[in-house]
Amino acid sequence: MTTELIQQLEKIVGPRFVSGAAEELYLYSMDPGTMPQAYPDAVILPKTVEEVQQMVRLAGELKIPVVPMGAGLVLSGLTRALKGGVIIDMKRMNRIIEVNPLSRYAVVEGGVAQGMLQAYLKKHHPTLKHSMPDAPPIATMAGNMCIHGSGHLSVLGGSHSDMLTGMEVVLPTGEIIRTGSCSVSPDWFGRSPLPDLSGLFIGWAGTTGIVTKLGIKLFPNYAFNDVLIFVCEDAEAMPDVISRLTGVQVAEDMTPWMTPKPDWAKGFLHINIAYGAHSKKELTFKRNLLQASVRHYIDQKTAGFLPLPPPQKGRFLKVPSPDLARFADLRKGGGFEYVGALMAIEHFPEAYRAGLSIAEKFQVSYSLGARIIGAGHAMMFFFAYAFNRADSEDVRRASLALEATNEAALAMGGIPWKAEVPAQRQIIEKMDPETFALMGRIRSVLDPNGIMNPGNWEK
Amino acid sequence: MEHEEILHRCFRCGYCKLPGNYVDINCPSYLAFRFETYAPGGRMWLLRAWLDGKVSASARFADILFSCATCGNCVAHCAFPEFKDQLLLAFTAGKEAFLNEGVAPPMVRDLLTKIQNHGNAYGKPAKQRSGWVEGTDIPLFSDQEYALFADDVTAYDPRGQEIARSVARLLQQAGVNFGVLSGNFRSDGNDVRAMGETALLEDLATHNIKEMGRLGVQKILTLSPHSLNAMKNDYPGLGAKQQVFHYTQALAFAMKNLKFKTDLPEIRVAFHDPCYLGRHNNDYESARMILRAVPGMKLVEMDRNRKNALCCGGGGGNFFTDLLSGGDDTPARVRVREAADSGAAVLAVACPICAVMLEDAVKVERADAAIRVMEISEIVLGRM
Repeated sequence: MTTELIQQLEKIVGPRFVSGAAEELYLYSMDPGTMPQAYPDAVILPKTVEEVQQMVRLAGELKIPVVPMGAGLVLSGLTRALKGGVIIDMKRMNRIIEVNPLSRYAVVEGGVAQGMLQAYLKKHHPTLKHSMPDAPPIATMAGNMCIHGSGHLSVLGGSHSDMLTGMEVVLPTGEIIRTGSCSVSPDWFGRSPLPDLSGLFIGWAGTTGIVTKLGIKLFPNYAFNDVLIFVCEDAEAMPDVISRLTGVQVAEDMTPWMTPKPDWAKGFLHINIAYGAHSKKELTFKRNLLQASVRHYIDQKTAGFLPLPPPQKGRFLKVPSPDLARFADLRKGGGFEYVGALMAIEHFPEAYRAGLSIAEKFQVSYSLGARIIGAGHAMMFFFAYAFNRADSEDVRRASLALEATNEAALAMGGIPWKAEVPAQRQIIEKMDPETFALMGRIRSVLDPNGIMNPGNWEK
Repeated sequence: MEHEEILHRCFRCGYCKLPGNYVDINCPSYLAFRFETYAPGGRMWLLRAWLDGKVSASARFADILFSCATCGNCVAHCAFPEFKDQLLLAFTAGKEAFLNEGVAPPMVRDLLTKIQNHGNAYGKPAKQRSGWVEGTDIPLFSDQEYALFADDVTAYDPRGQEIARSVARLLQQAGVNFGVLSGNFRSDGNDVRAMGETALLEDLATHNIKEMGRLGVQKILTLSPHSLNAMKNDYPGLGAKQQVFHYTQALAFAMKNLKFKTDLPEIRVAFHDPCYLGRHNNDYESARMILRAVPGMKLVEMDRNRKNALCCGGGGGNFFTDLLSGGDDTPARVRVREAADSGAAVLAVACPICAVMLEDAVKVERADAAIRVMEISEIVLGRM
């Protein structure tokens, strides 16, 4: 079967871009997180939407699973072939198709990396930027969009899925469809006023279709940029602080962080506040607004802004920052895993305490933090645990900490983000049964052969 | 395997696949094949898996390992400062381990055998190494300040020989006091080492060091950055005492001695940084100094330059073994497209391997009308 499958796949993309070799099957059986291996039968690298379409139709005929993959950096194992089949590595589909500078959107293929769009805009449209996630620059636009990612403009623009203007998707039955304005118009300006079909493909862990193009909102790239770091010791105050800071609506990004290292940071709660302006005068105005919003705490001498020399600001303004990947080397073992839980900001103190408690219980090296979404509309609170992948006991501890964190997040009203399969099941347990039933009915309509990333969002 | 202690520390974050400005894929083998296995992180994890008995030393695994062009992009851009400098050393150690297991691509095996038996990659007699000088007034080394060493490509490849003669003529006109090394010299060993044959490198280097000592060589000028790298960084540990320079490093300071025509039209030139001059030896300026000193030369930069330069794909023995060939996105073809996009009419090179790789790519791309590959000395001589 496998040999025959490989031959048929080769007819679609050519022999250079199909593999059933042990090396590829091994490497594509896992991601850098803690989820166990699951071997695919083959890996294919399409270049065009037609090749994706042919691949999906073949999979439908043969009733074999298909797993779409971007950079494979989700860390929660969503691109593993849980029931075998073919992994479609999308990164050869990496054309930037259009940038509309006036309506401020870009249209890209499904394998375009975040860093590549950033570089393209810097060269061709230096007054524009898109919201970069904290993921490494090779992470794909489509992958991040499909998991409801967030990034460096998320206070300004919300979740990355809020910045989506439309999609081209290959359905599990092989049809190529479009969502948003591009389904009616040549322009990819947005998702309204139509029925919002984009939601059929976001947050579904690749179980409903393969995104081959997407439109995303762009934002002004300011000439002057700055970062403030607010520091306090009282976790209970954080929801109010966040509410005040977001209330003045000048920040682009706001990221609380709490780590035991370096020593000077231990026990303190920091919030990085990034903002920009077209002029120095405007920048000063915005800084004054931000500072005034939390004057109450400064006057009480219970919190304040960390003095930050200008050379250090560059490090905090670097997007993306390799410092985040470096957390994986904390235990000299190339691994970290995290729960990012979406929740209301009033749960900040609870989430903070839970993170400390779980890290202590499982003796894991931790980093806690959050990204504020919108004007305080929600936050993605993350609990990151480093592990040494050469030490199975260390991996096990991180895995247990992950599970406990998911439970804690759900218990406080949060929802694990880009949930791994065990966490999906934990979510389903708490989900309104009729909602889950509707998810199943939608999937069975879209994917009658059950080929799309099976094993995800299932009881 | 040496450096095995770093293999599991790779997070596979992928910074190594890109240049520092993220414009496009910059790892030559990953660019050509696009499977994660062909990226530096893939190699790290596969080597770990092999040591743990989870994958075998197969022919495909050998292709994956030996297709690494050793360009150093991964070292330059890896996010992990504590072990990034060991990445290429780990890959080389992996290749050495595979060679010891008897698992190597046939082209690699044949190449190493040829170098072992003949002292060069072309299977030619050593006495022909300076054959490219015959019929010219280019002096052989006697007691000049510099001894000019011709690597295998400039010594034996017809295009390489043209480059060697061009460089030598220019050095003569610039008043550089040099003579060409002749006699019983062998391959510089740089790419032999990159393919994991450390013992053969030591044999070649020891032999060459002895020959240079016999001739009283004090300063070496190399035509190839690959020779520069081996002689500057590997030979001293084996007893070499000579100072080593790439020819551009001597020429850059002798440009004032040259007289140029002033009535020639402006040409736009993009310089392709050779990996073994740039990333491996941190010289991004000598070649640019030369080009800037030529009247009517408009130096333009490709998106990927200096530390971010895209390799031609010829390093690590791939020039001879051709493991990266065959697709639309071979590094050399992508580099030619990038050069044409920069608006340059000439793609300047300072390495004979880059010259041949990129010239071949121009033909495959049918880009002759848009861009021409020229060795720096050829560009300079053409303006005199």
